[in-house]
Amino acid sequence: MKLRTALMGAAAMMTAASPLLADGHEGERGRDGELKIIYWQAPSIMNPYLSGGTKELEAASLVIEPLARYNQDGALVPWLVDEVPTVANGGVSEDLKTITWKLSEGLKWSDGSPVTSEDVKFSWEYCTAEGGGCAQAEKYLDVTSVDTPDARTVVVNFGVAKPFPYGPFVGAQAPIIQKAQFADCMGANAPTCTDANFNPIGTGPFTVTEFKPNDVITLAANENYRDASKPAFATVTFKGGGDAASAGRAVMETGEFDYAWNLQLAPEELDRMESAGKGKNVVSFGTSVERIMINFTDPSPELGDRRGTTDHPHPFLTDKSVRQAMSMAIDRALLVEIGYGNFGRLTCNVLPAPAAFASTANDSCLTQDIDGANALLDEAGWAKGGDGIRTKDGVKLSVLYQTSTNAVRQDFQALIKDWWNQIGIEVELRNIDASVFFGSDPGSDDTFQKFFADVEMYTNNFDGTDPEAYMAGWTCDQRPRPETQWQGNNMPRFCSDEYDALRAELSTTGDIEERARLAKAMNDMLMQEYVMLPLVHRGRNAAHANTLGGVVMNVWDSEIWNAADWYRIGN
Amino acid sequence: MLNYTLRRLILTIPTLLFISFIIFIIVKLSPSDPTGGLPLTIPPEVREQIREALGVNKPLMVQYFLWLKQFFWLEPRIYLEAAFGWDLGTAGETRLISYATRSPVMDLIWQRMPQTLWVVGTAYLVGVLIAVPIGVISAYKQYSIFDQTGTFISMIGFSVPPFFSGVLVIVIFSVLIPTDSFWWLPSIYDTTHEVTDWESFKYQFRQMIMPVMVLALQITAQISRFARASMLDNLNQDYVRTARAKGIRERKVVLVHVLRNSMIPVVTVIALGIPGIFGGAIITEQVFKVNGLGQLLIIAIQGGDVPTVQTLTFIFAILIVLFNLVADVLYGLLDPRIRYE
Repeated sequence: MKLRTALMGAAAMMTAASPLLADGHEGERGRDGELKIIYWQAPSIMNPYLSGGTKELEAASLVIEPLARYNQDGALVPWLVDEVPTVANGGVSEDLKTITWKLSEGLKWSDGSPVTSEDVKFSWEYCTAEGGGCAQAEKYLDVTSVDTPDARTVVVNFGVAKPFPYGPFVGAQAPIIQKAQFADCMGANAPTCTDANFNPIGTGPFTVTEFKPNDVITLAANENYRDASKPAFATVTFKGGGDAASAGRAVMETGEFDYAWNLQLAPEELDRMESAGKGKNVVSFGTSVERIMINFTDPSPELGDRRGTTDHPHPFLTDKSVRQAMSMAIDRALLVEIGYGNFGRLTCNVLPAPAAFASTANDSCLTQDIDGANALLDEAGWAKGGDGIRTKDGVKLSVLYQTSTNAVRQDFQALIKDWWNQIGIEVELRNIDASVFFGSDPGSDDTFQKFFADVEMYTNNFDGTDPEAYMAGWTCDQRPRPETQWQGNNMPRFCSDEYDALRAELSTTGDIEERARLAKAMNDMLMQEYVMLPLVHRGRNAAHANTLGGVVMNVWDSEIWNAADWYRIGN
Repeated sequence: MLNYTLRRLILTIPTLLFISFIIFIIVKLSPSDPTGGLPLTIPPEVREQIREALGVNKPLMVQYFLWLKQFFWLEPRIYLEAAFGWDLGTAGETRLISYATRSPVMDLIWQRMPQTLWVVGTAYLVGVLIAVPIGVISAYKQYSIFDQTGTFISMIGFSVPPFFSGVLVIVIFSVLIPTDSFWWLPSIYDTTHEVTDWESFKYQFRQMIMPVMVLALQITAQISRFARASMLDNLNQDYVRTARAKGIRERKVVLVHVLRNSMIPVVTVIALGIPGIFGGAIITEQVFKVNGLGQLLIIAIQGGDVPTVQTLTFIFAILIVLFNLVADVLYGLLDPRIRYE
């Protein structure tokens, strides 16, 4: 309920800055010395527009900032502005085609020059310049122009009505960069500006002193930061490299570092590290769901060029009872316990959050029902043969189950294979290196988009709190096929007019309650048709030293979004 | 000799060109994608624009010749300009750019060189300095306790991979030993650390101990076995008996006559191992976060960063070809019987 209110707040304008600031740790800037952060994947650039990677976004979030960002509850909070524009406060036009931002008074770049609306406009121009390959171009989709009536006012005009106009300049993905610094770096010139890309001038709490790509970043407190008492730390060492286990060890066991990011480790391993008493694990739940996608098309190699397209429906996965039985056979509680512990939750939805968007209509998946699954298949005419594998009309229930190479995923594969064997489905397992599986080389047959297998497993999520683009991934035109060079998000090749109609309605609906209803209906349709089988609602976890205060884990934005508020405990 | 060296040097040119082409083809044909590591929230159209901006979609041959031009023509000129202040007209040309950092690959390599040379180079030196005496003594006192112990330790060095031995020493010296103890050692190598005075040298020494010793164990294992085998071959030769019969002191027989002759193959092995120093030690660098050339290479491979992989592996190839030549020449110098005509 709290989250729901918070979301309404985003629309109806809730300006309250995070309450965590006021816990008595005031003082002068730089009073707490050095902060040491370790990211086991090292950032390679400080410009999020040139790299979509999470590690780069987060490192850059210490230096450059958006106009507004999401707090730990997923609600929008004003950052470089005084309030978030909404229809109610007149900041968003009635026709949902313009949004007007007003920069806070007296904002300065770290070099001392004033932040103006020209810089905001430039950030849009920079990302949409021809030949630049801006990784965040999606955030500026449908923006036709940006006007700057005065030095503090920015008017963003959209070509279509935008029920959710908080794409441009919002969140860690779309920060404001300085026009003076990047003016010569537009489009194809972007890579010639190594200095700017490594040492961007920003408005954030820290500035880069030295950037060693893929290794270490040293930062110092921004002398021109808008709050004179922040940040508490004078310098930051942002080390990269190694692996998750050694990063966790450096924070929780040896105490060499204060904060470690993205610790994808076995839950008991994390608990053991925490028991050393030097640090603790934190987690926050966003929209990530580990799921199994079911292929509605036939991936047999004999079909040549048209394999995996709707020309050839799948021989048995088009039978809903088979898909349903596969879902019923899975013990999701066990998967969560083994793979994620406190960092995973049970879910029966592919859209698990924000709370207002999470459906409760599919909760029957929470209990495993092997007998029920067997009965369902018997009833549908799939009879077990001598080898225990079910067949019908000469078609054998035998699936190829692929995923990326990752210890937890291989554990899941082994468990699920066993459960499916119990209901008479033969399973062959396959794992593919992540850079190949998630790569989108149309020449490779091993990508998750081509999906030349019967089922595949991976995690996906969406940025921010609005699920429109995410839910649009399962419309008919998103099916990867030769005509689209195998691009698209609809891996199952699911296609339903009813679903497409809901999606069309969602794109023109502005009312937040109505949007939630539509998104839920779309989720329920996918779930009740067993197009995909959600397994685990995954949290994002990190660890911080017991002496580091002010950490508020945030999955909706950069997780170190409030580093300006961090302080040393015990000083 | 000079003729031979020149002939070999000229022959390296087609060899290296061929190697560079093979590397390029292998890297390009592997199904990795520079946008493969990005979050799934980035849509395919945007990924396509990123690939377009990186030049991934150009024809393979165009990409290869562009790389050749940048590596052999543009980059040397840029370094000449920087060194001598000349103007060779490189302004405005696009340098060899890494896909991941969008910065010049050669700068990345220069930046990584110091920590790799410090850690891996020191380990190599330490390894050799320990290995040769062990090999000599083991051979001279074959089957003694010293020899058996040396064999045992070498076997450990051979068979225990650094991702085990590295983590083991971290658990012992960084986790189990309290942070304020004299024996505590940092588990994470600080690449920004600069040696300016005695205190900072001490810190540098402390942070190098674990990675250097883990690496040196492996190097010692290999080279001491070579030294031992080579010494054994020579100790039973007729010339050794002759030397002893002439009444030369045992010490001189072993350390001058036998050692010099047995060092010929060992020196070759040591010379051939030197390019490996520049290649870094991928696993050990990862374990201790040394972030040298090995780590740069592995990150580039994982990220589908073709220009970086291509340039690094090609530089390794150059070093291997050159040090093969050096080993051959050294062979001739150490053993007058060997003549290259």
